Amino acid sequence: MSDLVVRAEGLRKRFGKTQALDGVDLAMRRGTVLGVLGPNGAGKTTAVRVLATLLRPDEGYAEVAGIDVLKQPARVRRRIGLTGQYASVDEDLTGTQNLVLIGQLLDLRTSDAKKRAAELLEWFDLAEAANRMAKTYSGGMRRRLDLAASLVGHPEVIFLDEPTTGLDPAKREDMWGVVRTQVTQGSSVLLTTQYLEEADALADEIVVINHGKVIAHDTPDGLKRRVGGLTLSVRPADPAKVPDTLRVLDAVAAPGTSASAETAAGARPGAVSVPVAGDLALDEAVPALRRAGVEVVDFGLHLPSLDEVFHALTEGTPAPKKEYELV
Amino acid sequence: MTTLDVPTRGGFTGDIDRPRGGAPAALMRHSLALARRSLIKTVRTPEALIDVTVQPVIFLLLFTYLFGGAIGAGDRGAYLQFLLPGLLAQSLALGGIALGQNLNADIEKGVFDRFRSLPVARSAPLIGAVSADVVRYLTVCVFMLGFGTLMGFRVETGFVPAVAAVALSIGFGLCFCWISVWVGMLVRTPGAVQGVMFLLIFPLSFGSNVFVQTDTLPGWLQAFVHVNPITPLVSTIRGLLVGGPVAHSLTITLAWMAGLLVVFVPLALRAYARRA
Repeated sequence: MSDLVVRAEGLRKRFGKTQALDGVDLAMRRGTVLGVLGPNGAGKTTAVRVLATLLRPDEGYAEVAGIDVLKQPARVRRRIGLTGQYASVDEDLTGTQNLVLIGQLLDLRTSDAKKRAAELLEWFDLAEAANRMAKTYSGGMRRRLDLAASLVGHPEVIFLDEPTTGLDPAKREDMWGVVRTQVTQGSSVLLTTQYLEEADALADEIVVINHGKVIAHDTPDGLKRRVGGLTLSVRPADPAKVPDTLRVLDAVAAPGTSASAETAAGARPGAVSVPVAGDLALDEAVPALRRAGVEVVDFGLHLPSLDEVFHALTEGTPAPKKEYELV
Repeated sequence: MTTLDVPTRGGFTGDIDRPRGGAPAALMRHSLALARRSLIKTVRTPEALIDVTVQPVIFLLLFTYLFGGAIGAGDRGAYLQFLLPGLLAQSLALGGIALGQNLNADIEKGVFDRFRSLPVARSAPLIGAVSADVVRYLTVCVFMLGFGTLMGFRVETGFVPAVAAVALSIGFGLCFCWISVWVGMLVRTPGAVQGVMFLLIFPLSFGSNVFVQTDTLPGWLQAFVHVNPITPLVSTIRGLLVGGPVAHSLTITLAWMAGLLVVFVPLALRAYARRA
């Protein structure tokens, strides 16, 4: 059995004028979580739909669980679970009815389907709401039911398309717990997300997609090293003090880095920024700036935002520069 | 969340790649499961049955008491005997619109994505939804005949022909609704399904023998009435409920039903496969 449970090569898909996938290669190792990160419209959902047999690509090859997605979609469907971007539970059915229906469509006997439904509802803390119509559920409950629905068939590979969009942070962490448990039970999970921290919390490896192309495939740490950790940004009141500011901030820079005047896209004009190892750098930077007589009008400590990740990753590649829509 | 010890393949037996009982049995089982889903939705939202309950009755009242005196030369009772079988046909055609609208909404909501990611035949969700519509067409028949009886309508033939009329009505409804399914796959919103279907059904139902005797119409309109599939259906239901020859019109009706299936089932399935 191959170590790769998802493998795609050169996937292309065009919708009218939009090249949604422009030669996407993907590889996911068995028993791991692959995070697919990218802005809206990057092609994440299209890629998932191709892998989940919902959409035929114009070009390219894809296999899931060692089976050719294009040639034997029915066999792939017996081995996958899909939770789409919108909670696609049936609102007029109860939680139990939703899950039993999926079980029946997976060829379980009705008694087995009922047993499995009860098991999953219990596990997802929905047992009390099992006989209520899904339209009475809260957003978080619907998401959980939707995720449960994709697990009815004990899938080998689980596709989660933005599973936590619209959930509050506590509910999001609940979902993360579910994903981790699935992996410990032997499933492999491919999840798309717009949240760097989500990919960071869950993924063994991260693929960054932009404009239908894979622009990075790395571990979360590798990605962060490329993008940089915390950044301290300081704007002196007097632009002539920029060299002094540079000198002061160089002293608090993270090992192997140095301060620089901000010029990149999204920069704060006239500011100086420096990668720092942690927030302790503040304790050194503030008195040092005072001693150097630098008057400060803007001072901040920033995590690399998703925006900065993409700026950092797309820099130097021929991909067209565009305003990223981050919602 | 509690962690439960979940057996890895509980309930899944035999060859994972082979549907239990073979493909035809699986298609039937899956379609039934999906039909049950549609029925549950119907029961939960009874207001969605207005188009097969209140609406046909309003037409019946409107045409009997408002136009009936004028059209039937003063004899409303005789006009009701003439009108009811025709209105039944119109109500069946209109009753199929909701199906296309519901399927259109399901696709927009992503419910069908889940079905399509499961190992069921592509046709199962459509066949399931159409099968569940039996209940709606039966409802049309019960309301029309029940309310009609209160207004003075009488079956003049007998129990068996009346049951045959209901069976034919339901059968026709199940064939005609594939047009609505097809339209539901093509257009973007449920509202558009209704618009397109009204545009199709009103010429068919008014340009027929539903409301008036064909020989009162100008020649060109008579020509249209004679090729209209609603006409032989109305003639047959009329024959079965109030008497008259049915053999010829029944043959033509059955041919139309077969024709509707042959044309619109493949069109609907193809449009469904392309959608989304």
